[in-house]
Amino acid sequence: MKKIKKSFWVKLIAAPIVMFFFAFAMVPLYNVLCDITGFNGTTGITDGEQQYVVNEQNEIEVSFFSMIMPGLPIEVKPKFDSIKIKPGKFYDATYIAKNNTNKEVVGQAVPSVAPTVAASFFKKLECFCFNRQVFAPGDEIEMSVRFVVEPQIDEKIKDISLSYSFFKIE
Amino acid sequence: MTTDVIAEDHNHHHGPEKGIMRWIKTTNHKDIGTLYLWFAFIMLLVGGAFAMVIRLELLQPGIQLVNPDFFNQMTTMHGLIMVFGAVMPAFVGLANWLIPIMIGAPDMALPRMNNWSFWILPFAGAILLSTFFMEGGAPAFGWTFYAPLSTTFAPDSTDFFIFAIHLLGFSSIMGAINIIATVINMRAPDMKFMDMPLFVWTWFITSFLLIGAMPILAGAVTMMLTDRNFGTAFFDASGGGDPVMFQHIFWFFGHPEVYIMALPAFGIISHILPTFSRKPLFGYSSMVYAVVAIAFLSYIVWAHHMFLTGMPVAGGLYFMYATMLIAVPTGVKVFNWVATMWKGTMTFETPMLWAISFVILFTIGGLTGVMMAMTPLDVQYHDTYFIVAHFHYVLVTGSVWAIMASVYYWLPKWTGNMYNEKLANIHFWLAVVSVNVLFFPMHFLGLAGMPRRIPDYSLQFADFNMISSIGGFAFGLTFILFLYIVIDCIKNNNKATSRVWEGAKGLEWTIASPAPYHSFESPPSKEEIIKESQHFHEK
Repeated sequence: MKKIKKSFWVKLIAAPIVMFFFAFAMVPLYNVLCDITGFNGTTGITDGEQQYVVNEQNEIEVSFFSMIMPGLPIEVKPKFDSIKIKPGKFYDATYIAKNNTNKEVVGQAVPSVAPTVAASFFKKLECFCFNRQVFAPGDEIEMSVRFVVEPQIDEKIKDISLSYSFFKIE
Repeated sequence: MTTDVIAEDHNHHHGPEKGIMRWIKTTNHKDIGTLYLWFAFIMLLVGGAFAMVIRLELLQPGIQLVNPDFFNQMTTMHGLIMVFGAVMPAFVGLANWLIPIMIGAPDMALPRMNNWSFWILPFAGAILLSTFFMEGGAPAFGWTFYAPLSTTFAPDSTDFFIFAIHLLGFSSIMGAINIIATVINMRAPDMKFMDMPLFVWTWFITSFLLIGAMPILAGAVTMMLTDRNFGTAFFDASGGGDPVMFQHIFWFFGHPEVYIMALPAFGIISHILPTFSRKPLFGYSSMVYAVVAIAFLSYIVWAHHMFLTGMPVAGGLYFMYATMLIAVPTGVKVFNWVATMWKGTMTFETPMLWAISFVILFTIGGLTGVMMAMTPLDVQYHDTYFIVAHFHYVLVTGSVWAIMASVYYWLPKWTGNMYNEKLANIHFWLAVVSVNVLFFPMHFLGLAGMPRRIPDYSLQFADFNMISSIGGFAFGLTFILFLYIVIDCIKNNNKATSRVWEGAKGLEWTIASPAPYHSFESPPSKEEIIKESQHFHEK
């Protein structure tokens, strides 16, 4: 039997510990990957400084959806089901939310864009989803999002859907 | 239990302690191996009982026996117990028993830690099973415990499940560290890496998979724990987290885990086929490289479990091709096994029967795996009984088959007695027929669209489900026969020779049967190592 070096034990015990923390490192890695590629429909954010050349030839239909997760007693509907847009131009879309209860409700909207290849070209300048939404009792409010679809988007994509899932915040 | 196995061991200055304390305090690799194997068998019976409840409920359409929530608890616990309680401990038990005597070492490198890693298991198993008696019942979210089912919508007992998984992971990691240290440092001084038998090779590589993958699982359940109790939002979309990320983390553990349960089986089969073909293993070094290749590939294919999560086409294509690549090294192994038997002087003792049927049935499971690796086809097969058929073919007629083969193959070495060959033959034939009656119809059910994890089904699935259930009950009963054969082998006094099998090669066959409590106190000679190695050609 050979004499075992100390460094061997250090490596052997360090390996599982490193892998344990790697599991946690996967969280930011995953988020970075989603931001870069638009996997999972993650949308981008623009500061509005960048100027786009409007592509007048290309017309895309953007459809709006909303989904209420269990436990949130509100109704949310897009004002218009869909609009036709030109890539490079800024547009506003509006959702109407109604709190049917007599209590204040706090929610959080999480956006998602389909198809995923379009997600990284879909940039938001302003969005109600940047903050939590507070719904006063019996209140009906309008929530808006200002967005642009970058002109570099593949011309084969003619339909994009933007969906918001509303979660209850305790 | 097996106290009388080693009662005949008179050869020693300090033999085993008497009574129960022997088993609690033991640091002997053979004792610990025995403990692991009995623990695994008891868990197999528990998990099997859950499977019987599942098959009983599915015997006929409609809800007859249990309510849907309890049915979900059964499928969840069946999976968890079988994976973490039966198959993995059984392989660790075999590693403990066999690796030291295969590499000419007196014991494992870390005997006290070895004791600890075993004795964690009964507590982890008890914690896991105790969730049945808690308010809200046991976890019912499937063995893959996807968030948010396992975080937002799970019963309180889930925290106990998380703790049990932590303990099981701890035990596995310590076992893996022990095996790596043993193989690297305790080998007989004249044994080179490429002289090691394949069971040692496959376990050595499996250990690296374990220390790479089990901590990822520990990380995943820790995130679940903090999500559930401490207000974090790793998997909670409302807090900026992502439930799909849970699946990425889980399967980054989960896919190597699949090979943790398959590689040692490959090693076992590579021992049994040459013995009863009376030929050296065909392509020893290609077998070793194939195992290394499979282990590497297992880390880069995880998302083939997630084709339906809305993955971009490029991702689907990558994971499809990478997954199908695994068929290449696996194919090398299957063809080498067939070539080992080719023109061999074959006899069909019970271990050989299990091994040959392993090659056939595991290949069926592997081929359905290639089918499901195809992204477009998976859309149809996903979460149907087709996947249930696939992973039971690779886990039951793969891993469990190899464990059965190895028990019959090495039982005479462990107990010193031959098992009853006639009964063992009957056991094999009952098992191989019933297991196919049980799992083969599931392919058809899955292709026809029957979803998994559902207690009820439409009428058109009734016939195949009844056939499958009947096969299931028969297969369950064969384990009672198996228990009888093992106990009979321990007691029957039908002495085995030290070589046991005419064509067997390996250092473990050079020591007496039963293996003495302490073996290889002086290492084997170089000539002996070469003569007993799997690549030694006599002519």
